[in-house]
Amino acid sequence: MKRVYPDKEYCIGCHLCEVACITAHSKSKDAIIAFREEQGKDGLTACKKVFEKGDICVAISCRHCDEPSCVAACISGGLHKDPETGRTVYDREKCVGCWSCLMACPYGAIKRHPTENKIVKCDLCEGREGGPACVAACPNQALKYEER
Amino acid sequence: MKYVIIGNGIASIGAIEGIRKVDTKNEILVIGAEDAPAYGRPLISYLLAGKIGPDRLALRPQEFYDRSNVSLMLGTKVTSIDAQARTVATDKGETVTYENLLIATGGIPFTPPIPGSDGSDVYNFTNLAHAHTLISKAKEIKRAVVIGGGLIGLKAGESLFDRGVDVTILELSPRILSLAFDENAAALAGSRLAEVGLNVRCGVSAKEIQRDHDGNLKGVHLTDGDFLQCDVVVIAIGVVPNYDLAQEAGIAVDRGIKVDDHMRTSAAGVFAAGDVAQAKDLLFGDDRVIPIWTNAYNQGFCAGKNMTGADVPFTGSLAMNSISFYGLPTISVGTVNPPEGDETYDTAVSLDEKKKSYRKLVFHNDRLVGYVLVGDIDMAGMYTAFVKFQLAVPEDAKKQILAGAPDVLMWPDEFFKETWNPGVVEPD
Repeated sequence: MKRVYPDKEYCIGCHLCEVACITAHSKSKDAIIAFREEQGKDGLTACKKVFEKGDICVAISCRHCDEPSCVAACISGGLHKDPETGRTVYDREKCVGCWSCLMACPYGAIKRHPTENKIVKCDLCEGREGGPACVAACPNQALKYEER
Repeated sequence: MKYVIIGNGIASIGAIEGIRKVDTKNEILVIGAEDAPAYGRPLISYLLAGKIGPDRLALRPQEFYDRSNVSLMLGTKVTSIDAQARTVATDKGETVTYENLLIATGGIPFTPPIPGSDGSDVYNFTNLAHAHTLISKAKEIKRAVVIGGGLIGLKAGESLFDRGVDVTILELSPRILSLAFDENAAALAGSRLAEVGLNVRCGVSAKEIQRDHDGNLKGVHLTDGDFLQCDVVVIAIGVVPNYDLAQEAGIAVDRGIKVDDHMRTSAAGVFAAGDVAQAKDLLFGDDRVIPIWTNAYNQGFCAGKNMTGADVPFTGSLAMNSISFYGLPTISVGTVNPPEGDETYDTAVSLDEKKKSYRKLVFHNDRLVGYVLVGDIDMAGMYTAFVKFQLAVPEDAKKQILAGAPDVLMWPDEFFKETWNPGVVEPD
């Protein structure tokens, strides 16, 4: 399957992937409205997180593992592996906010929704033409959406 | 039948998914004692609390079973296993032949010999039937006593309280969740419960359950001499491996069913997984029964793959718990209470009682082997990585972890590359 691969050799820590992620998952699909309004009001959160240490940085999100710890930990059936696409799929309706997945994922790829008792996780921008928004937005091609 | 699974819980689902990773063809038969689709056992507290409806209990949709070519024999108890003939017999009088068998019968509630516990209105709250009964009774129940301040007891107490019942939880040890928590974490969680109005009494237990002449429940006599009037008692001391079937079949058991590093029992073609199994522990290397959710799934998954003939060693169980107390989240992973006086362990704590925030990190030599977070749990997974992958923590990195900011850039370069950016050929 195609996954997003982050390369710390190329990442410049500009956080544009976070902006793109927020925009792609917003109602307005407008970067400014999404960032300025929907973030606060609706608790819209990026699935990506940029880590920085000096001039080394990297943007990470869900790896869509072959054998995900989050699925093993999920008590509600809210996370499962789609056998067709290989994606680790999150069903918001089933989530009970127990944070077991957040605890189990050693890649730190699961966040809490700021206002709801739900999690936030990368869905590879499912249905978005052109694939994941973070990859499209990355100015230095530090994020690659590839089959490996 | 190529694959037969006894038990219809999370270990069983793990096994189905494990088998299907390797073998997409051969039929799988699941025999389950309860007449319900596989449900998340922890979800029964959400059901009792009224937070979810019965429609949300199923862990996997029916489509999953159809697609995975799994047939279900529910409401059926396995009465015996013949490991020589490779058959199991059921209470419906059927005999099923297996090539590979998984025993995933889970745990059964442990009930201590409390006088008066035999009789009406005493529950264990470990299955759906108890949850349904408590829901239908909740309107008429005024007071409940929960014996046991572990995960099940606390969740049972909380959900009964949410139904408008006055609840007192009794915990014999000096603190709630004594295995997963230390004093600070237990105090924070306990004060949150007290704030809401739940009574938690530690260092005390039930001496006797009082009944009237007709056998009706009156209340509970405590070991400290107190008496608590109540309408129901929930006994939630813990679960013990449900291994009788295996033992009667001559399969080796110790504290649970003994399994090797491939989840194989002592009988050929028979595997075990979940709360019934005694399997390798990741941190200690010895075999233990650790009856928690993720282990059950992972052991089932590993057993499933090996049942197909694949050769997949089990990496080991890791104790981990995530539980919230009325909006106060807590997470505990690995070794939380290191042996006292053992100088090879090193702990660091950061406590902010006002913010209800607590962090305890336990190091063994130069490795993080466990942690507790209360309140701010957002970085939990990043700590789990250090425990799970047993990454060395150099001095400078230790400072960063202690400051509550573990991150992926602290990982060794090679490990980082393999994990996040594999398959790249460096240019010459």
